[in-house]
Amino acid sequence: MNRYLRLSGLEPFVLTPDIPFVNVGERTNVTGSAKFRKLITNRDYAAALDVARDQVENGAQIIDINMDEGLIDSKAAMVEFLNLIASEPDIARVPVMIDSSKWEVIEAGLQCVQGKSIVNSISMKEGEDAFRHHARLCLAYGAAVVVMAFDEAGQADTCARKTEICARAYRILVDEVGFPPEDIIFDPNVFAVATGIEEHNNYGVDFIEATRWIRENLPYAHVSGGVSNLSFSFRGNETVREAMHAVFLYHAIQAGMDMGIVNAGQLAVYDQIDSELRERSEDVVLNRRPDATERMLEIAERFRGGAREERVRDLAWRDWSVEKRLEHALVNGITEFIEADTEEARLVAVRPLHVIEGPLMAGMNVVGDLFGAGKMFLPQVVKSARVMKQAVAILLPYMEEEKRLSGGKGRETAGKVLMATVKGDVHDIGKNIVGVVLACNNYEIIDLGVMVPPQKILQVAREENVDVIGLSGLITPSLDEMAHLAAEMEREGFNIPLLIGGATTSKVHTAVKIAPCYSQGQAIYVLDASRAVGVVSQLLSADKKSAYVQGIKAEYLEVIERHERAERAKKRVPLAEARANATKIDWTDYTVAKPSFTGTRIIDDWDLAEIAEYIDWTPFFRTWELKGVYPKILEDEKQGEAARALFADAQAMLKQIIAEKWFGPRAVVGFWPANAEGDDIRLFTDNSRSASLATLHTLRQQHAKRPGRPNVAMSDFVAPLGTDDWVGGFVVTAGPEEASIAERFDQANDTYSSILVKALADRYAEAMAEMLHQRVRRELWAYATDETYAPSELVGEPYRGIRPAPGYPAQPDHTEKLTLFSLLDAEAATGVELTESMAMWPGSSVSGMYIAHPDSYYFGVSKVERDQVADYAARKHMDMQEAERWLAPILNYIPAPLTVIAAA
Amino acid sequence: MTQHTNLDHSKHLAALAKERILIMDGAMGTQIQALGLAEEDYSGHGATQKCRHHSDHPQKGNNDLLILTQPEAVEEIHFNFAVAGADIVETNTFSATTIAQADYGMENAVHDLNAEGARIARRAMDRATAIDGKRRFVAGAVGPTNRTASLSPDVNDPGYRAVTFDDLRIAYGQQVRGLIEGGADLILIETIFDTLNAKAAIFACFEAFHDRGAQLPLMISGTITDASGRTLSGQTPTAFWHSVSHARPFTVGLNCALGAAAMRPHIAELATVADTLICAYPNAGLPNAFGQYDEGPDDTAGQIAKFAAEGLVNVVGGCCGTTPDHIAAIAAAVAPYAPRQFRDKVAA
Repeated sequence: MNRYLRLSGLEPFVLTPDIPFVNVGERTNVTGSAKFRKLITNRDYAAALDVARDQVENGAQIIDINMDEGLIDSKAAMVEFLNLIASEPDIARVPVMIDSSKWEVIEAGLQCVQGKSIVNSISMKEGEDAFRHHARLCLAYGAAVVVMAFDEAGQADTCARKTEICARAYRILVDEVGFPPEDIIFDPNVFAVATGIEEHNNYGVDFIEATRWIRENLPYAHVSGGVSNLSFSFRGNETVREAMHAVFLYHAIQAGMDMGIVNAGQLAVYDQIDSELRERSEDVVLNRRPDATERMLEIAERFRGGAREERVRDLAWRDWSVEKRLEHALVNGITEFIEADTEEARLVAVRPLHVIEGPLMAGMNVVGDLFGAGKMFLPQVVKSARVMKQAVAILLPYMEEEKRLSGGKGRETAGKVLMATVKGDVHDIGKNIVGVVLACNNYEIIDLGVMVPPQKILQVAREENVDVIGLSGLITPSLDEMAHLAAEMEREGFNIPLLIGGATTSKVHTAVKIAPCYSQGQAIYVLDASRAVGVVSQLLSADKKSAYVQGIKAEYLEVIERHERAERAKKRVPLAEARANATKIDWTDYTVAKPSFTGTRIIDDWDLAEIAEYIDWTPFFRTWELKGVYPKILEDEKQGEAARALFADAQAMLKQIIAEKWFGPRAVVGFWPANAEGDDIRLFTDNSRSASLATLHTLRQQHAKRPGRPNVAMSDFVAPLGTDDWVGGFVVTAGPEEASIAERFDQANDTYSSILVKALADRYAEAMAEMLHQRVRRELWAYATDETYAPSELVGEPYRGIRPAPGYPAQPDHTEKLTLFSLLDAEAATGVELTESMAMWPGSSVSGMYIAHPDSYYFGVSKVERDQVADYAARKHMDMQEAERWLAPILNYIPAPLTVIAAA
Repeated sequence: MTQHTNLDHSKHLAALAKERILIMDGAMGTQIQALGLAEEDYSGHGATQKCRHHSDHPQKGNNDLLILTQPEAVEEIHFNFAVAGADIVETNTFSATTIAQADYGMENAVHDLNAEGARIARRAMDRATAIDGKRRFVAGAVGPTNRTASLSPDVNDPGYRAVTFDDLRIAYGQQVRGLIEGGADLILIETIFDTLNAKAAIFACFEAFHDRGAQLPLMISGTITDASGRTLSGQTPTAFWHSVSHARPFTVGLNCALGAAAMRPHIAELATVADTLICAYPNAGLPNAFGQYDEGPDDTAGQIAKFAAEGLVNVVGGCCGTTPDHIAAIAAAVAPYAPRQFRDKVAA
């Protein structure tokens, strides 16, 4: 085994000779970072952890943690922070450097880390005995040590003093204490140069020479240092400081310095420093001429004001050719330099269009290939698209100008795709993602937005001569809208492909209900955004199209046959029989708390930060086609990196949402005396239960059940007359603000943030529903006052009672929302409106009813027979055909006459 | 009470390890389970030996307490493993710390459990040696306790710790001093699922050795809990080794949780990074639906023989589910193979 410095967090780190220099992350150091100091002083440990996480994500191999600040209980903060880090695998994977000038803080830190860490630092400033004692303890705790060149006489300044102290410390450690020499890191003290005091001029040289001596004479030991001290006299002049640091490190590393605490944002690339500045920096650092300081001061002013924002990335790629830079920016989603790079490419291109068709498309092809190969994930692709959009936006005015002058044609794209969310539906996250992915592959996207009437879709399709139409929808009535649009396309003589996507759509529905309406063209179901490019490219390829469409047609015929066979095989029971097999709940001794009020109440004391704690993140990742359970998905071997980056972006936006109050959450909740009456639930005006207020209608499962399994309807969970029971209702919304915020991002060509804010607004609405339900159980209805589940425990729905929503499996009829909304006067109370398809606008809204019985659960009504639909329509005073239209997705029969869709 | 010459034992042990693969014993718990003992047998009320430590808690399941209440039975199990071929047997002191005994209200018995536990094992070894003349060694077993120093038991408070480094250091110190007093030849820190607990145990050993003026060889054995290939506290095998290498242990290795086949890649990883002897004592496969281990002696031995054939190991034995028959089979199966060779630290 070689004598290398071997450390560990959750994962090992070995300082092998092929690692020339270890940059120790210093942003979790209260003495080095004002931001971190503020976070720790304010005990904002969550944000402090983010700082640590950022460093690791940005490549820090070791993170330095220092809590030495007068106003902080350093020992307690060190323990708290290290314990918290231990619970964050993405941070804890790297070793830590426990940094303090107080031994008691170091020792408290050592007692918290399971890995092998580095102690920074011990020294002989209190004499050799204290030094031995501390070194023995470090050995017993299993840590490497940084040894400062410091003794009773003070910090070593000259090379002679530095080497003398380090040699003495080395002999004590290795010969007396038995310390492994490879676990010793000397810090020979970086001091400020160019201070105007002549004795300071040689400090840089002293350090570098001491480093060389240590590496040659003290076998296996390492050399480290805190670099920022060096340029102390130029504080405020970041350009000069960066240059001095870069020059210093360049020479110190050559001399053998193999570790350092460096602010990576304060570091220039040696070769990229202005040559004059570099020369004068070297004069200062290497003390090459007596007037070095004066000469540095002469030019320093010129570079002032070049202060750059803190940056931790490796910027070596900035030296590449403009084509490679554009590709790099696209693949890595970096917008920072896109304007300059695009402009540079434009100046050398014959036509601005060539920049798009050349380097930009070449870069996007790399993105497309990586995405296709599963090496990039959706959030990363959307970021790439943001870069592309911004580049195109820069070129657009030039292309317009060129077009005006020549009258020539514009950009050649792979094809035009019209995208729309259908009439009555407001959900568009998935559609936007598909649009982005297609745009990345050089398709021109015409996005008509949400709630688009069929005539508008067809009119634009004709005017723009589009090649493909893509429809999206999330709620069940949208399925019929899509079938309707397909029939309209047939009627108007279209033959272009029609793509179907969205949460409620399916291959079966597309094959059975939509494709048959459109025989001149082909309707095709697209499972997710990752499939969109493959589907569209085949449909628009002259030689592949016909075989592909034939394949789809054959597949759909098979799907239809299979579906029909399955449906025939499914045994449905008559409604009367299903009712006889209803859920049997013994109501004789049942009592439930009376809600704290009846009627409605507006809830307006929402705290955005508190709601955020109730967010269930798993569906958020699913939105971005990252499939897995949070938080495990963050560690997923393949998707983990993408998931972590997305999550970090989401957390950053969440902070802004909270701090800048982006959303205006609103809610209304109500409770009413209620009793089941057959398959319906009757609500009363007051507890005398004499006057009816409204009726909630429910549907009963009609499939043949195994013995002992009931045919459930929601009314089964509410007590019949004679037993006091109540039901509740609610509407929550994250507010209408999301739409305008997303619009602002779109305007700035930032589709990524636009989709992100919508996805977060959705999560907010769901989190509000979860939070309000808990408040209902504990306080408003108060039937479970002693419930103590933490927000994160609610995901598994361990609590008593349910909150089924109209339009979902337990009550598939969206029109029940009308009753619910009118009971709650929800539109006035919350601003949430219902569209003609019963979608809620704003889209980030959730509604539902509350049922308290402990045996209640979520179920699916599944398919129903004509007898129930007739009975239901009669109970609802609804026309049979209208009922069949709303229940179309769950009809177990072909309604006669065929569903007629009111073409608005 | 005889004080054994541990130093002499250490040298002999090191020499022996150069010659051949050493054999450890199998599962004490599995053997105790087979005795079908009842509460009175555990607590010692009305049984062969009355326990002089009182507790109001039921004691059934407190296997370590059998050292005081059923010493003959414990000695017999040690003896059976020794006769089956074990060079090293573990004391029955896995949970003999104040922290782990708190569940049974037996904190006061901790010193006696460890000292007596080592004496019983020593007696069993001496009996076996009297038969075949082979020297044998007593490893004082130090378990992980039932608390974790680097994990919070409360998901809502990740910064919380149910036990501190110092709590563990003090408890382990008491245990190790008892084991040394009873004549343990080595200290075995085993079934490590949280490396910070193990680091506290190592620290406690250093303190105890310092008090005593001489050190005992340390064996350190981690547990890879599942297919993730990590300890419960999240470390990879190499990271684990880096965390405990300062103990300069006589062996480092893995035990428990996995059967031999599943343990192999992790042992192989340790074997490439650790500059000390490698020790592996896996379970007899994975437990079945009834919590029993059905892997037979030849199955387990066959898999461990592969470790030996590949030159991965220096010490082998068995954990949960392994019986004297398993140990005899393992000893026979690895006999043809040379122990793993490794290079000590050399110049870079």
